[in-house]
Amino acid sequence: MCGAVKGGPSLEGVDVANQAVIQGVVVRGDEPVGNAYVRLLDRTGEFTAEVPTSATGQFRFFAGPGEWTLRTLAPRAEAVDLAVAAAIGVVADVVVDIDRVPANA
Amino acid sequence: MSRDTALVTADWVEEHLDDPKVVLIEVDEDVEAYDKGHIPGAIKLDWKKDLQDGVRHDFISKEKLEKLLSEKGVANDDTVVFYGGNNNWFAAYAYWYLTYYGHENLRLLDGGRKKWELDSRELSSEVPDRPATTYTAQEPNESVRAYRDEVVEAIGSKNLIDVRSPDEYAGRLLAPAHLPQEAAQIAGHIPTAGNVPWSKAANDDGTFKKDEELKALYADAGLDEGKDTIAYCRIGERSSHTWFVLNEILGYPNVKNYDGSWSEYGSLRGVPVAVGDERGEA
Repeated sequence: MCGAVKGGPSLEGVDVANQAVIQGVVVRGDEPVGNAYVRLLDRTGEFTAEVPTSATGQFRFFAGPGEWTLRTLAPRAEAVDLAVAAAIGVVADVVVDIDRVPANA
Repeated sequence: MSRDTALVTADWVEEHLDDPKVVLIEVDEDVEAYDKGHIPGAIKLDWKKDLQDGVRHDFISKEKLEKLLSEKGVANDDTVVFYGGNNNWFAAYAYWYLTYYGHENLRLLDGGRKKWELDSRELSSEVPDRPATTYTAQEPNESVRAYRDEVVEAIGSKNLIDVRSPDEYAGRLLAPAHLPQEAAQIAGHIPTAGNVPWSKAANDDGTFKKDEELKALYADAGLDEGKDTIAYCRIGERSSHTWFVLNEILGYPNVKNYDGSWSEYGSLRGVPVAVGDERGEA
């Protein structure tokens, strides 16, 4: 299926050695944000995928190797862009703080 | 069809929450989303359990649809408003599906569940109890559905639009990036198909772009308004989103959704396939 599962897909049964995983958590200060949307944009800025965050603010993508941008949308917040690199066999873990726009946004 | 007859705003939905002839239906890929909170009064359809046959690789028959909608309390003269997560992908699929079976008054909530949530509008956990009806579906409207042989024949003669992401189109990814990159079929696209990712038709909040922007988007991709058009993706729900834009919002004639999409085409023996960012030859 093409559908998005809250928090992103499970790693259960997935051979992570063959995947380029980008995952993380969306927070507002110290609080996880469970009603945010995280979009994955490719190196040209084109939309590639989007997942709603889980109740604990988590999300996960299976990307390809290369440079990606995470764009986070949440109620009562400006969109936040964050650059992230992915590589096969590596799990890229990121924290997106929607109260603090990162320097590379 | 036009934007005014196919789309409703979140404000319109709020104004019609108590209208007994307006049925809100949430269709989500994440089947738990509805259970955690939905628009007050909305009922739920599970795109897989409710709408797929389960044995044949196809959606449910006319008879099964009649039974389903009767049990859910949907009447033939109700205005059905679909909405859902993931920028209305599956809501658009359900809209297309009910168009196929001839429901008259269909609408899509512009922006879907995401826009509703980002606006911090009310969500309810209460499941409404609608009295059963006797729903009668129409005979299939084949003018909105494309099948594999027609798609092969369309190479080089009709507008083919691949609405997946550029990386899926080129064959660098086999599935959307929120899914593990595993699939049985080969990667690539149907030769001559232009790549207009569905997402280009939507704003970040999931609402559809303006008519002029949408027209320019497809014109820039070489869509010839004088020819018939077939849209496809991987399993037919993102291409329902684009079918909705072309057929329902812009009112282009003869637009079909190929719901077999790449999961079928990419598994066929002997058909032409193109890889890379270029369209490929007929």
